[in-house]
Amino acid sequence: MRAAVIQFPGSNCDRDMAVALKQVAGNGQVETVWHKDHDLPDGLDIVAVPGGFSFGDYLRCGAIAAQSPIARAIVDFAKRGGYVLGVCNGFQVLTETGLLPGALMRNANLKFVCKPVALTVETTDSGFTSGYGKGQVVTYPVAHHDGNYFADDDMIARLNAEDRVAFRYVDNPNGSRDDIAGILSENRRVLGLMPHPERALETAHGNTDGAVVFRSLLDAMAIA
Amino acid sequence: MKARVYVMLKDGVLDPQGEAVRHALGTLGFGGVEGVRQGKVIELDLAEGTSEEAVKEMCEKLLANTVIERYDVEIA
Repeated sequence: MRAAVIQFPGSNCDRDMAVALKQVAGNGQVETVWHKDHDLPDGLDIVAVPGGFSFGDYLRCGAIAAQSPIARAIVDFAKRGGYVLGVCNGFQVLTETGLLPGALMRNANLKFVCKPVALTVETTDSGFTSGYGKGQVVTYPVAHHDGNYFADDDMIARLNAEDRVAFRYVDNPNGSRDDIAGILSENRRVLGLMPHPERALETAHGNTDGAVVFRSLLDAMAIA
Repeated sequence: MKARVYVMLKDGVLDPQGEAVRHALGTLGFGGVEGVRQGKVIELDLAEGTSEEAVKEMCEKLLANTVIERYDVEIA
């Protein structure tokens, strides 16, 4: 499995994401790619867009990053069927590129929320979640000010009907519609979520629930 | 020439910041504030002859997120 982690000015989870991917893919298989690059490395299986505060969250979270040269390459990669994982700011970037529907708004209570949260795994029908059980409750940390997922009624209905809600909050920390914590693209190969699976990887993190996402990806690549 | 772009959350999209401002105004003793919506004003210095269409394209592509926001363009 070959992976790339994108770095924007203000990314701060890029290293954690690379560590998570290296644990399953091996050290030599994970590269970091700077936002000004126009092309992704050849032969990639997955691109990860990490958390942080790209471009200082200017204008809107993720809006400037979504216009960077590498963003176009990521969109093309996704359209060719590549796997893309966007966590936290990465999720915001993916919605701003249009790869995922909806938008992430300021938390309903206006507070920055930073704590472990319980999530239910809503679908196991994806390369990211196949290692979980449907309905399984997992705990990942969240750390965001703008994680309040919004999409219009039609889109929420469509996400539910198409089994594209990947994770839901057990106790909604930010006002997200329908308790949505993470969603999949139509082809189920792009996942965006606010909670951080890469921060629940090792026993030192408090729990290892997030490691399953990366192991699932490795399995998905082995099949493909 | 200048253009001024107003970006507001669409009607029906909850605006928690506006709601916090409304609450604070009430706390300060201002009665009768029934609603507050908070948005952005973006001023653009443009080369003469830039069309309103071009500014609208800027709004669509970057200045507003039309999933949650609407915009108005004022050419000055």
